[in-house]
Amino acid sequence: MNVLMQRRRERLDRLAAAGGERDGQSLLAEAVTRLRRNPVAMTGAAIIVVFVLVAVFAPVLAPHGAEESFDALRAGLRPDSIPGPQPGFPLGSDQNGRDELSRLILASQQTLLVGVLATLFGLVAGVLIGVLAGAFGGWVDTVLMRLTDVLLSFPSLLLAISIAALAAKASQTTVIIAVAVVSVPVFARLLRGAMLAQRSSDYVVAATALGIRRRHIVLRHMLPNAIGPVIVQATLVLASSILDAAALSFLGLGDADPGRAEWGLMLANAQTYLDVRPELAFYPAVAIILVALGFTLLGEALREALDPKSRR
Amino acid sequence: MTESSGAGGSSGEPLLRVRDLRVTFGGTGRRRRGDPPPTVAVDGVTFDVSPGQVVGLVGESGCGKSVTSLAIMGLLPKRGVRVEGSAMFQGTDLLGLSDAAMRDRRGRDLGMVFQDPLSALNPVVPIGVQVTEVLRRHRSMNAADAKTEATELLRRVGIPDPARRLTEYPHQLSGGMRQRALIAIALACRPRLLIADEPTTALDVTIQAQILALLAELVADTGTALIMITHDLGVVAGLCDEVNVLYGGRVVERARRHELFAAPRHPYTHGLLGSIPRLDAPSGERLAAIKGSVADNLAWDSACAFAPRCPRSLAECTALTPPTEEALQRLLSCHNPVPVQVRS
Repeated sequence: MNVLMQRRRERLDRLAAAGGERDGQSLLAEAVTRLRRNPVAMTGAAIIVVFVLVAVFAPVLAPHGAEESFDALRAGLRPDSIPGPQPGFPLGSDQNGRDELSRLILASQQTLLVGVLATLFGLVAGVLIGVLAGAFGGWVDTVLMRLTDVLLSFPSLLLAISIAALAAKASQTTVIIAVAVVSVPVFARLLRGAMLAQRSSDYVVAATALGIRRRHIVLRHMLPNAIGPVIVQATLVLASSILDAAALSFLGLGDADPGRAEWGLMLANAQTYLDVRPELAFYPAVAIILVALGFTLLGEALREALDPKSRR
Repeated sequence: MTESSGAGGSSGEPLLRVRDLRVTFGGTGRRRRGDPPPTVAVDGVTFDVSPGQVVGLVGESGCGKSVTSLAIMGLLPKRGVRVEGSAMFQGTDLLGLSDAAMRDRRGRDLGMVFQDPLSALNPVVPIGVQVTEVLRRHRSMNAADAKTEATELLRRVGIPDPARRLTEYPHQLSGGMRQRALIAIALACRPRLLIADEPTTALDVTIQAQILALLAELVADTGTALIMITHDLGVVAGLCDEVNVLYGGRVVERARRHELFAAPRHPYTHGLLGSIPRLDAPSGERLAAIKGSVADNLAWDSACAFAPRCPRSLAECTALTPPTEEALQRLLSCHNPVPVQVRS
């Protein structure tokens, strides 16, 4: 456990150091050009674009409602069979006679919402902690970093489960909070390292020599220089947030409504019918994997593109 | 050059009066086993700067010239550094000021130009913002006024098309242009004292002369006093009214520029001057090098720090602190100075 934690910490610090040297617009423009040429990045971006479009236009795209049950499908429900694809229901029925395709499409909204909100909350809290620790140093830094170490020392999913289980009533909100808390130490440590690297840089000394106020230096000078690797990390955290959120629903720690269209929940429900209709587990699983893959591919490519060491 | 306009004579109150400045690294707070022993980087530096005067601090790497300037600006870290002595600036001791009071002075009364303009400018902030933030901080200008003033400032330091440059990032400017921008920022609030820490070291030789000329011109125009920190005696020759030669954290010789170049008395100064190629020297003549390095220094309290490297060292040089003699705007700290008129 300790070794794992150490490794994770080192990796974050290294990431922070790599992002330390930035070169303003040219680097950004250069990174975009390089991303365009990178097939991996473009694949990831394509998956994300499709996913976001599907989520946004889900009500239009889905042929039926998520909780709508159809007599035509229900009639075919037997203990040993669930109706497969048929006219009007391209992916067939789920275990309750609802349209599987519609549920898959509508569930993307949940995933996008939970993933983005959890990452956003984690990012905001992490940046706050990272800025405080990196800008002040000293005992503020020590206290904040030991706290993040505590969070980092738990395997992320276990931590998310514990937090979600603490809530009196499982809901989408608790999932978002649990997943967000898991990502806080990642952002905090990454930003703190990058801020520390900025602290001793010449331009900070130069700004100090001009009598610029400390707060202004931290927020307007150091933060913009340090935030790069954190933004990259956010893309990767989005992927893991989606996975974690799905895992929580799968474990029954998500929304209390069992009829809700949610990939993790659909996967959990499909378990019972694995021998009857394995596709019911296959579809949401593939959806989760694809979306997480999309964000991971783009995130990794982004990090590579922004890494000054990989510049020609 | 413009020595008469320098107002650097003995008349009038000095703008800055540095007395016995001593900077020690390490040795503050609790000492733990394994800590390196404290290092004295600046060891009793004393000098004056009069209004409008250009004063040089000259010496090789490690002589304490940059630390001296950082100490005056209050830019040394608080932890692990002890600063003693005084730096009276217009009646107040800069070394005794609170952080907040010092912040108000920096940029407004005291400006600083750094060695490497690329790293001293924030890479992700447009030039314009970096100029205007000083104006807004110290001169309480609104955004529009600050922008107008920033354009004017860039124009004054010779940056063509200043309005466009304001929107650009540091990497889009050339090295000389960047240093001009940095000078513009340092002079934005018309400080009474400007400290330039090797402002030309990171620049091409052709640009160096331009920047020095610009500094000389601006200083003469605004009446700003300038402390020029350099290891380059050519810079000193072209710009300074008075020169302080630093060795081992102490001023070993001080003289007006002409006197120093005409008749260096301290063997170190003599060695420095001898190590520059001269156009009028017979061809094929070897340059004189000062042997050894600052690592050989002795402690000032019981010797002359330069003694191990000094070609003129006597027995007393390694046993006694050399006396400091001051006469006729000249200061010398040596047991066995070079006799006058040794150079042809």
